[in-house]
Formats: sequence, structure tokens, C-alpha cells
Amino acid sequence: MVAVPAASLVFAFFASGLVLLATGHNALSSYRRLFDAAFVANGALGQTLVSATPLAFTGLAAAAAFRMRLFNIGGEGQLLVGAITAAAAGLYFGGSGGPSAFAIAAMVVAGCAGGAAWALIPGILRAFFRTNEIITSLMLNYVAAYLLTYLIFNTQSYWRQTTGFNAAVFPTSKDLPSSALWPGATIHLRGGILLPLGAGFAVLAAAVLWVLYSRTRFGFEAQVLGDSPRAARYAGMRTRRKILAVMAISGAIAGLGGASQDGDFRHTLDADPNGLQRQYYGYSGIVVAALARYNPFAVLLVAFLVGGLQNAGNTLQGADFPSGLVGVIQGIILFSALGGELLVRYRIRISRRPAAAPPAPEAA
Amino acid sequence: MRGITKRFPGVVANDGVDFAAATGEVHALLGENGAGKSTLSNILTGLYRPDEGEILVYCRPVEFSAPRDALDAGICMVHQHFRLVERFTVAENVVLGDHRREGRTFRLRYRTIERRVAELGERYGLAVDPRARVWQLSVGEQQRVEILKALYLDARILILDEPTAVLTPQEAQVLFETLREMAADGRTVIFISHKLHEVKAVADRVTVLRGGHAVATVSAAEATPRSLAVLMVGHGLGEGAPPKARAPGEVVLGLEDVSAAGDRGGAAVRGVSLAVRAGEIVALAGVAGNGQRELAETVAGMRAPTGGVVRVAGKTPRPGDPRAAIRAGVAYVPEDRLGTGLAPSVSIASNLALKSYREAPASSGPLLRLRRIRERAVELIQRYRIAAPGPAAPVRLLSGGNLQKVVLAREFSGQPKVLVAASPTRGLDVGAIESVHSYLHEAAAAGVGVLLISEDLDEILTLADRIAVMYEGEVVGETARAEASVEEIGLLMAGGNDPRRD
Repeated sequence: MVAVPAASLVFAFFASGLVLLATGHNALSSYRRLFDAAFVANGALGQTLVSATPLAFTGLAAAAAFRMRLFNIGGEGQLLVGAITAAAAGLYFGGSGGPSAFAIAAMVVAGCAGGAAWALIPGILRAFFRTNEIITSLMLNYVAAYLLTYLIFNTQSYWRQTTGFNAAVFPTSKDLPSSALWPGATIHLRGGILLPLGAGFAVLAAAVLWVLYSRTRFGFEAQVLGDSPRAARYAGMRTRRKILAVMAISGAIAGLGGASQDGDFRHTLDADPNGLQRQYYGYSGIVVAALARYNPFAVLLVAFLVGGLQNAGNTLQGADFPSGLVGVIQGIILFSALGGELLVRYRIRISRRPAAAPPAPEAA
Repeated sequence: MRGITKRFPGVVANDGVDFAAATGEVHALLGENGAGKSTLSNILTGLYRPDEGEILVYCRPVEFSAPRDALDAGICMVHQHFRLVERFTVAENVVLGDHRREGRTFRLRYRTIERRVAELGERYGLAVDPRARVWQLSVGEQQRVEILKALYLDARILILDEPTAVLTPQEAQVLFETLREMAADGRTVIFISHKLHEVKAVADRVTVLRGGHAVATVSAAEATPRSLAVLMVGHGLGEGAPPKARAPGEVVLGLEDVSAAGDRGGAAVRGVSLAVRAGEIVALAGVAGNGQRELAETVAGMRAPTGGVVRVAGKTPRPGDPRAAIRAGVAYVPEDRLGTGLAPSVSIASNLALKSYREAPASSGPLLRLRRIRERAVELIQRYRIAAPGPAAPVRLLSGGNLQKVVLAREFSGQPKVLVAASPTRGLDVGAIESVHSYLHEAAAAGVGVLLISEDLDEILTLADRIAVMYEGEVVGETARAEASVEEIGLLMAGGNDPRRD
């Protein structure tokens, strides 16, 4: 179970080491700096959590759908739409003063609802018209990104800052009111680690998913349906309903990730072309889910590791550190994880073909 | 083949098997499922490599590292499931595996190929139009294409894996003649089967495999079905307990003028009316593809009828809703065990709970009671003697007979009123067939109305109280067993009684 993902991690680091050596860098010291910046240095763990939290959400979202062999590639778009709807709720229900449970709850609900609704589009198309959900959910990612840009840059929407000096010069989003900002817990260790509220929600979501898939009728049906749709129908399961429900759950988790982006980290609806949209959390989440073999708790762990990698990449980026390294490593990890699955199932053997048997005489 | 041994994790599929087939003979390979027939033929065709032992073809030791090598040595196999490209013509399919002659050149000279295919067909009584597309052909014709393929490749050794499974009795007779012809021509035909009378009918010699060992090679002429059966299962077979007189009760399954569409559109079931009483076994005979599967699916709620009514124990469950049918008391043993009847990668325990997980005691509210499901699985595994590593193992690891036992265990334990069993013994060995039959008897004795869909006339005659024959979507005849004759039923199955043909 653990062998393939672990081996692919080792292989990825080894292969990227070769790349580093080939380009004249010291692989070992690069890795040491990477590890240091991800998990050891002052403030590193806190930063890693910032990267890991959204990955946990999108990873869980992918795992929830992939478990039923419903390939929801749309975590990215669902996260963005969740961010949009949660921001609306935060702007509407938030006020001045300390964090308000009501405003935060409204953001959570709105984020989940937005993500779920966005995921239901490919879900309905799949359930009723047998459309390939991979393509539709992927395309909707672009629609969501354009929608986000449109809301802030091309229209006087509810989310856009319309008063003040800056707003006249450059389009920006409204800042969330202070009571809609999500509080975090601080651990007094290594200069203080801020545990964002979203990370707590991610752990909760993982636990709920685990119970759902391994202990309930719902999970039982999802398992049978994922394995053999015909057997599911034979057993009298409501196939369409299940597809809709799983897509909605998957989208809701991604949407919650979007809400956490607003409330925990960005404190506004981030429409900057180089901001939230550039992080591609939805796509990295698929890598996380695949490495975790769709196990919700493993998703949390893998998200933490990959988050650390990304955080270190951001921190170290500079003249003396190859900026593409983290991307290369991440790519090789996914590549070798998928390739590793193949090696588990098949054996590769290199042999020389013997010469063809000579034609035999007619009589035996 | 000398001293062939092949091990798989946990099993020795072939244990020092010696097997020799002579030029110009039809040699049958007889054995139960899991006796090692398929493994042996896969070794002979280069799909597997033996762990020990050697293969000699015309007295020369050979080593196959790929199926191609076996082809080059003149060994060809006709698989039970055909390996044909449906959209291609017969001629194209025939040349597909060829890497000598026409198949080798960039351009294919179809005229030459077609002529040769027609010649071969004529010589061996394998008439097929070389220009026809494979999907247009009947199953029997497709099989002929497979054989033609082998002949085209000049196969001197031909292996057929249960070739009659898809044929009517009449078609099987024609096939046997072809095989005899080929043997007379100096080829070697290896005929894999577990049907005793076929082996008697076609083979010169018979090698019996049991538990991975070759237990005997005997002359077919001297063997009796009984002696072969003893060799095959290792003990004498019961003559099939004479069916006890059952007093059929009231009608539990009533079909009134039921019609249904096939998968590709078009009517597959045309106005079928049929009644099954409690405690009675009604057989629906017919060659596969004449609407039996569609009819079974309609009863099980998996297919919405286009007309007519299905009544179960006096009620009419919502048509086209499997759950409604299950609630009404319909148990269904589908023809496709692994895939429809069972979810392959899901555990045995879960598969046993596939229809009962919704209610207590398997679940309470939305939560599953995993321990209860597991205990129930252990109980059923014991009661139905399912050979399984454990309740948590994925069901696809089981052999054919055990898969069917899982399905039957689940369907019987649901306390049904009606049981629809579609080809419940297809592909099973003698021992498993016997237990399936006894389960069906038990069910009928317990007052279940059984609708048995089968192509196997022996099976129908040993089990059924009444026999209905289906041909092209209609019931073309119905008789009590006492009045039935094999010839007449065979004729009806093949459409011999079709008024439209007159």
C-alpha cells in the first residue's frame, strides 16, 4: 500500500538530483535547504500549513470522487467558485469587531454550496446524458477562472471595491470585514506556528469522508458503483442519485477550500491573475489524492509534505536556487507514482527472442 | 508435453502433466473447472511458460516465449470468447494474425485472400462469406471464422476451448464433422470440454485432468460417459435424484404479453405470456440471443418492458426498477456473474450483502453493521461450501463455481418468491453443476417459483417440470417434461418450427 508512493518519492528526489547535478548544482545542499525551508526554519511550519491547507481540501475533493471512479478534475474551478460565494457571504454577513461564528458559518455554507453547485454541472451531465465528466469538469475550471476575473475587472459586481482612491486607479476586490476573518490557533513553538481554522476543517472533512466511505450504506453503494455500475444497478442502487451526491460532496469540499482561502489567508476575493488562480491548487490536489491512494487521512499527510515542498520552493526562489526545481520534483513524483502502479501490476523482463522454431517434418 | 508443471501463487495448476496427441486424431482434454485444462492449453500456445517440463512438437523440443512462437510452430487456438474484430470482414480477420504471405506485405490483396478463404471453407464445410462483416454473423459462423483463421495459418495443431458452449445441438454436430475432417487430413485437433457426451461423440482419445494431474488417457470408443465422469470427479456421480413429485401452488410469476427492446433497439422479447407457480421449475430453453436474457432482465426490473405486465405474487412491481423487483421477492442469478451478479473488486462479504445491506440487520440507519455483515458472510461461506480465502477477499479471486455459489447464497438467503436463473451452470464443472442443481431443487421444494433459462437440454430435462422454448423473442412451444423429447425441443430452439419460414 505504502510502497509505491514512498518509492516514487525516493525516485523523484533521486532523479531530480541528477537534473541538479547535470545543471551544476550541489544536489545534497539543495535538498538540505529545501527541507530546512519547509519544516525546520523559524516560521517554516506555519508557511507550510498555508500551502498544505488548500491542497488538503482539493486532495480530499479529488479522493472523494475518484473513489467512485468519478473523475472530477474540476477541483480547481470548484475551489474558485467556492471562494466567490464564500466571499459574498462574508461581505454580506460580516461586520466590524472580532470573528463572528455566524459570519464564518455562513461563509462555510456558501463556499460548500458554491463548489457543490459547480460540480453538479458535470454531475448532471454525466448522470443524465452520459457525458464524460473529465472533459466537462476540466472545461469548467476555465469558466470559473474567467468568471472570477470578470467579477472584479470587467463589471461593477458586489465583490468589487468601488469607493476609495485605489479603486479608481486599479480594479480590486472589497476587503472582507473583520468579523468574517477566520481565527487561527497559535502553537508556541519555533517562533509560533499559526494553525489556520481551515486546516481544522480539512481534518474534520477527512474524518467525515472516512466514516462515509467505510462505515455507511452510502459508501458501500459508492464502492460497488465504482467497481461495477451494472452490479450496482442489479442490486437496485440508485445510480444517478449517487453520481450527483458524490459530485456534490467532492465539489463542496473543494468549495470549502475556496472559503478557507478567503477567510484564512487572503481576506478578500483574490482575483489577481498572479494570485489564487496561479496556485493551481485544484490540479495539485489530484496529485495529492493519487499519491494518497484516495485514503482521506493519507491525503492530509501527503498534502502536508507537498505543501512543504511548495512552500520551500517559494521561499528559496532566487538567483542561487533553481526555481523550477520544485515543479520538476512534483512532476517526477506523479510520474513515478503512476508508473509505479504499472510496475506493481506487470513485470518487465528483457529477453532476447529465440529464433523461430524450424518447420517440422510432416510425420510425428 | 512432458512433465509440465506450472505454479501460480498458492496453487499448482499443472503438476507434472504428460500429454501426447498424435497426428490425425481428435484428442479431448476433459476435466472440471480448475483441473488445469486452460493452463495447459495456455502453455501450449505460448501464453504461459511452464515452470518445469518440456514441450515437443513433432518430436522436437521447443520453447515458446510468446504466442507468436507457438503460431510459428503451427499451433493455433480457438478461444471460447472469440478474438475477432467485429467491424472487419471475414477475410480481413483471417489475414490479421498472419505475418507471412499477404499479411506481411504493406498492401493486402483481398481477392487472393478471399479466394483462399472460400476454398478452405468449402473443403472443410465451413461456409462463410469472406466479405461479410463479422458483426453480421451468428455466433456459430463467427466460430467458423476462428477455425478458418487457424486453417489459413496452416495450423497443424488446433486447440478448441469449449467450442460447443455457444452452439445448438445441430450446429455442434456440424462442427464435429468439420473436426473429424481436419483430423483425417493429418492435423491434430485438441478438444477441450467438460461435456461427457460430446467427448464421446467426437474424440479418438481422451486425456482426463483432475486437480492439475493427468489422471488417464483412454480411448473414447471404449470409455462410457460414466467411466469418464468417475475419472473426472474422482468418485461416482449420483444419477441425478429423480425429481420428487411437487404440488405446484399458486402462480407467483405471471407474464402477460410482455415485450421488451434489446440493447441495440429493436424488439428482443415479443409478447411473451408465461406463468410460474410456487414450487415449480419452469425451464426456458433456447439458443442464447433469442430474447431470454432480455426477458430475465425485464422480470428482474433491470429492463423496462415496452409492453405487457409482469406480476410477482399477485402484485405488479414498478417496471424497470430493480429495487422494486427485489422488494417484491424476485431473486435473479444473472448470466454474467462477475460484473452484473457480483462487483469484482469488492469483498466477498460485501457481495453477499449486495441486496440486504439496506435493511436491518446489515445496517442500522445510514450506518453499516460491518461485524454483522462479516459474520453472515462466514456463515454463508460455510453453508454453501464456498472455497474462499476469507470474507474480506475480493470476489474476483474466486473460481467460476465459487463465484456462482456466492451469487446463489445471496439470492437464496433473500427468501425470494421467484427465482430467475439465467444459465446458472454455464462454464461450471460437474461437481459445481450438481450443487447448483440441488440448490435449485431445494428452492423449488421450499415453495419458490423457479424460472430456469438454459441452453443445456440435459439440464433442462433433469430439472424442469415444464419446458417453454424461446425463439426470436417468442415462446414457440410449451410442454410438460413428461411429454418432451430432446429432438423436438432442439428443433424448436433452432427455429425449425418457425411458421414465418414456411
